[in-house]
Amino acid sequence: MKTKIAFITMALGVSLVFAAALPSGLAQESHVGPLTGNASSGKPLYKRFCIGCHGPAGDGQGENAPWIDPKPRDFTAATFKCRSTPTGTLPTDDDLDNAVTRGFVTTNMPSWNPLTPQQRADLVAYIKTFSPRWKTDKPGIPIHIPAETPVTIQSVLHGRELFQKMECWKCHGPAGHGDGPSAATLTDSKDQPIRPYNFSTGSRFKCGQTNQDLYRIFMTGVDGTPMPSFADVIQPNDAWDLVHFLRTLQTMHTPELALWQKYSSEHASEIKPIGPDAASGGN
Amino acid sequence: MNRKLLCLLPAAAVIFYAVKAGAGAPIPPPAGGTISGKVTYTGTPPKMKPIDMSKEPTCAKQHTTPVMTENVTTGPDSSLQYVVVYISEGDPGGAASTETVRYDQRGCQYLPHVLPMQAGQVLQIFNDDQTSHNIHPLAKVNPEWNKSQPAGSLPIDTKYDKPEFIPVKCNIHPWMHGYFVVLNTSHYAVTGPDGSFSLKGLPAGKYTVTAWQEQYGTQTQEVTIGSTETKTANFTFKALPY
Repeated sequence: MKTKIAFITMALGVSLVFAAALPSGLAQESHVGPLTGNASSGKPLYKRFCIGCHGPAGDGQGENAPWIDPKPRDFTAATFKCRSTPTGTLPTDDDLDNAVTRGFVTTNMPSWNPLTPQQRADLVAYIKTFSPRWKTDKPGIPIHIPAETPVTIQSVLHGRELFQKMECWKCHGPAGHGDGPSAATLTDSKDQPIRPYNFSTGSRFKCGQTNQDLYRIFMTGVDGTPMPSFADVIQPNDAWDLVHFLRTLQTMHTPELALWQKYSSEHASEIKPIGPDAASGGN
Repeated sequence: MNRKLLCLLPAAAVIFYAVKAGAGAPIPPPAGGTISGKVTYTGTPPKMKPIDMSKEPTCAKQHTTPVMTENVTTGPDSSLQYVVVYISEGDPGGAASTETVRYDQRGCQYLPHVLPMQAGQVLQIFNDDQTSHNIHPLAKVNPEWNKSQPAGSLPIDTKYDKPEFIPVKCNIHPWMHGYFVVLNTSHYAVTGPDGSFSLKGLPAGKYTVTAWQEQYGTQTQEVTIGSTETKTANFTFKALPY
């Protein structure tokens, strides 16, 4: 009788210890649109689809990691490139879902659109178990993106002035080719060499392809990379001007590019080149 | 009658001396003990290299002699500069100081090179240069953020809530390196060119003093002091030529 009681007590004790030792993160949830994702459902999906690059500990040290560049995201750092939230804050569940769904063009992170929305929501929930920050911090408040201003040549020209004044060309280069004076020495937050976006390649931005996405990129910064947030130094309407100018650096047929091409053919002599010579003129 | 007047004498004396003290007498030193000392090195430290700022002419022209790298900054008598010495244990702690600490980007350098502060203390970052900088503290425990600060823009106000040694860099100017040292304690010092430090105003007790140098890591010592005692704690780091 005594041994039976002792055994039951021991079994209870062990299971209590075991329950306490279970990562409470598995209770993590995500809310993506109308769906609720669950980390315990996301775990087997992660093991099937993600673990090869992102690793069993979610630290980006999967067995594929040594062979690919850029390196897989380290979820333990809770630093994410593509957010709707200010620099230094956690992304929303929708941000994470967008990243998983869209993938990261020009990297080894594919688009996971073929998975169902529920599966992706479950994966988002599981990804959040890798860093303790998700328990202590709330996601940032998404930045407010005002309605886009009209695409006019004045907007494009003002955006060009901003590109000069904000010194974007120092990394992105005067024509946005990613060849600015500081480009060669850029490293990401893990000390890996990284190149600034080259607007002339025609590839999509890593964080989306619409004008809204472009607005969001430089107003929230690309965390974990040299790309800072300009939210404190660019006014919202000015930001739209910069978006319109940046479109003229790309190869796609856009209204912005058409306006710029017409203008530059008619006013070629008035256009000051972008770069250090203009800056030393006392900007 | 006389007895009553005599009883008033001590009160009168107190009032007399209080008035005398208020009228321009020297302020007494902060109560408490002091731990002071020097941080030095043995061996051969690496030679600091001159920084080429030609890619940023607005900064290069501010320096008549080249600016040197600062990862191992030495002084006379084998002293080590920019070592943060602080109480890591034994300090009962308290609310963060309400004073603001200041960080400047000037001449494409971070001034000071190493900036200690308390967790929760307000930090103000200024760009004094004619060029843009991006201020990118590479925090791992605290949130990592990255903000552009063009010439002439307002200072950035921020704070860090958790203790951490945070490397700071500017991606536009890759030679810029600095540190935010976020500590729980208000008892800290950074060694100057002579390697000396002084931690004042410590209540009597047993303390662990830690010295941190960005390349050589940390060393600790235990020091017990009385309420008005001054004790010496010296630190010696082993320097390697690379």
